[in-house]
Amino acid sequence: MPETTAAPAETGRPAPKGSAGSRPALRLARLRDFALVPAIIAIAIVGQIVHPIFLQADNIINILQTMSEISLLVLAQALVLIVGKMDLSLESTFGLAPGVAAWLTVAVGTGSGLGLLSGFWAIPITLAVGVLVGVVNALFIVRFGLNGFIVTLGMLIVLRGLLTGISGGQTFFNLPESMTYLGSAMWFGVPASIWICLLLFAVGVLVMGFTGFGRSLYAIGGNVDAAKAAGIRTDRVLWITLIAASVLAAIGGLLLTGRLASVAAAQGDGAIFTVFAAAVIGGVSLNGGKGTVFGAFTGILLLYMIQNVLTLAGVPAQWIEALNGAIILTALALSRLTGGKTQE
Amino acid sequence: MGASTSPSSVTGPIAEAERITKRYGETVALDGAHITITPGETHALVGRNGAGKSTLVSILTGLQEPDEGAIRFGGRPAPRLSERDAWRERVACVYQKSTIIPELTVAENLYLNRHDHNGLRLVSWKSMWKKAADLLETWSVDVDVRLPAKELGVEQRQFVEIARALSFGARFIILDEPTAQLDGAAIARLFDRMRAMREQGVTFLFISHHLQEIYEICDTVTVFRDARHILTAPVMELPRGDLVAAMTGEAAGLQERKARPSVPVDADVILDVRGLTDGDLYAGVDLRVRAGEIVGLAGLGGSGKTELAETIAGLRAPREGTVEVAGRRPRAGSVPDSLAAGVGLVPRDRHHQGLIPLMSIADNTTMTVPERLGTAGLVSGRRRDELAREMITNLAIKTPGPELPVNGLSGGNQQKVVMARALASDPRLLVLITPTAGVDVRSKEFLLAKVEEIAGKGTGVVIASDELDDLRLCDRVLVMFHGRVTTELAAGWHDHEMVAAMEGVELDA
Repeated sequence: MPETTAAPAETGRPAPKGSAGSRPALRLARLRDFALVPAIIAIAIVGQIVHPIFLQADNIINILQTMSEISLLVLAQALVLIVGKMDLSLESTFGLAPGVAAWLTVAVGTGSGLGLLSGFWAIPITLAVGVLVGVVNALFIVRFGLNGFIVTLGMLIVLRGLLTGISGGQTFFNLPESMTYLGSAMWFGVPASIWICLLLFAVGVLVMGFTGFGRSLYAIGGNVDAAKAAGIRTDRVLWITLIAASVLAAIGGLLLTGRLASVAAAQGDGAIFTVFAAAVIGGVSLNGGKGTVFGAFTGILLLYMIQNVLTLAGVPAQWIEALNGAIILTALALSRLTGGKTQE
Repeated sequence: MGASTSPSSVTGPIAEAERITKRYGETVALDGAHITITPGETHALVGRNGAGKSTLVSILTGLQEPDEGAIRFGGRPAPRLSERDAWRERVACVYQKSTIIPELTVAENLYLNRHDHNGLRLVSWKSMWKKAADLLETWSVDVDVRLPAKELGVEQRQFVEIARALSFGARFIILDEPTAQLDGAAIARLFDRMRAMREQGVTFLFISHHLQEIYEICDTVTVFRDARHILTAPVMELPRGDLVAAMTGEAAGLQERKARPSVPVDADVILDVRGLTDGDLYAGVDLRVRAGEIVGLAGLGGSGKTELAETIAGLRAPREGTVEVAGRRPRAGSVPDSLAAGVGLVPRDRHHQGLIPLMSIADNTTMTVPERLGTAGLVSGRRRDELAREMITNLAIKTPGPELPVNGLSGGNQQKVVMARALASDPRLLVLITPTAGVDVRSKEFLLAKVEEIAGKGTGVVIASDELDDLRLCDRVLVMFHGRVTTELAAGWHDHEMVAAMEGVELDA
């Protein structure tokens, strides 16, 4: 016979699903941030076995530098995803922003440069283009209430076309020194772009975890009506986030430009897929409200470590791309298994 | 914001709405309606769907401006709509739709957008956790504030929302159908909590479809009908019949149910369930339903009744055991197979599984019978609309036509669309899961009468519910407790017998 339950509980008695039983879940939830750390360690061990130079400082710096530019796109995308939107146009901004700067500052005669402004203006122009793209995105998405996916898909094509247009499909060379400095300088024996990347991620962690503004991104992505009801100015937060993301993409583009001392018409082309994959592997939900900046960082780090191992293992360059796609899918499947929940 | 405007120190009505009129285009949502709530009382607001309750709530909480009329709190005019903080100090509402953000912790949900900061203007998590824990303790809500809110049950989530509302300083709380998703024991705990808070000086406006709850917890009741105020009276002085009459505008009380003709013992067995088991959800269930028989599956949340019903309808696959429908054995966990075997289903939650809100009534009602809409997989719009029109008449769905999107219908009519969809395939077995949840009194009576009518034509019916009104029309009711069928009650049981069985309490042990 069924056991007899007590009559309706007196006030103060814990509800049946008491908090004690849920504590392990709490601990797990906080560990999710570090979910990829074991995988990163495992890859490090495999890499060391494949080739003994893997863990040497030079190689690690090499990995960090190659990922530093695109990792800023991952940071930008993570912010936009957490607030519940998506921005595909980041990869085009990544090329267009330094492209416009080069176009206006490179002397006439080299490529399609106009030579209108001195080299001093290159960085301000890059950042301004980032702001402008963010404003246009926000105008369509926030002000006119259009779907973020389709708006930024349109922007992706428009911005790429603009870069092709101003460059005539060619590569900008002979860039002013101010444009190449950040991407090529060494600070304390480590490339400046690594410092910048780590610094921006640290700021991201701080803002998202420890400021009211950062927390409002989670609130909006989690339940926009509840966020509004709590008095958050949701539209303003969305504007700021979309603009910040485009500016981060512009900075990323500037770093790559500096490293390569050129702006190709295809700079950033196709990068958005890696960016999304890294963010999702790093635990950022495509549905918004979930994920951390640190997680996103581990996502892109893992992907670049795997690529590096493949290169060291002597996999032919023609095959890297196919393997890359396969790795992203495998990583997604693994993160689904370890995360336990259906990917949203 | 200052102490001079503090709403708690006044006498007279804590909140008052006077001659409120609100129109949406052609529709008049409120027509000169009024309500007065005195401090310390628990005031019920009842009315059928579309009576204007939700509009009144959104005006009382400052989400919308009335076209005419005025709101006063403690005798003073309400703040302007833009002054959210001022509104929050006067009134708070726990909506049916949760405003908790699932990924954030309980503490953060409580102090969203008013985080504690440390010297560096950064969020100070420690002091926020402390503050949140203190707040919950003040109102004796026992929840770990560092838990992500998604781990909370519906009940705990509501308590957190109430505590949050109180933390803004409001002592007037609107509860919009707080019991809709709770089981009996949780409702009792909610009421205990409400009584304790009333002692601490909290005033409630309580909205519910369940009249017995109003008699249990409320002091005063206000009835709205067709956008107007009908009456306000002390609950104790208002007989149930009069209350129902005020809500429906008809002089009749709840209809007395006629005794159903008994099912012949030699009627065909439509549903034969043997040894059905799925882990902890339910175990060892045997069940036979004959043609024309209505069998109830009663039990609280977590008793396994819903999961069992879903298994019968093919939404889930059991670990062990078999389900046979009219001599066929549909593949376990396959809805198409179950449909083909003749099962019609009204799922648990119409918003979640029942309807596709943006699609038309016609599309929604005919979704289960594509083969009747045309040949070779093509859909004939004319045929679909014909079929839908038939069902609209059959189920008395209030709509201008079959092309209206279902989200334009009231709750009761939406539920009728779900029922129509289940009936479209002329099922041999009808499985209903909480078929009258969130539905007004009249629609409820209509739906239940329809179920009886269908059973009368020889369809076997299974109703999984914890609503006594749903269970009352069953020929027999199997009561489940923690996954097992513990009791079987024949028609004619007393309410207290049923409630005791569902709670797992033995009356005469």
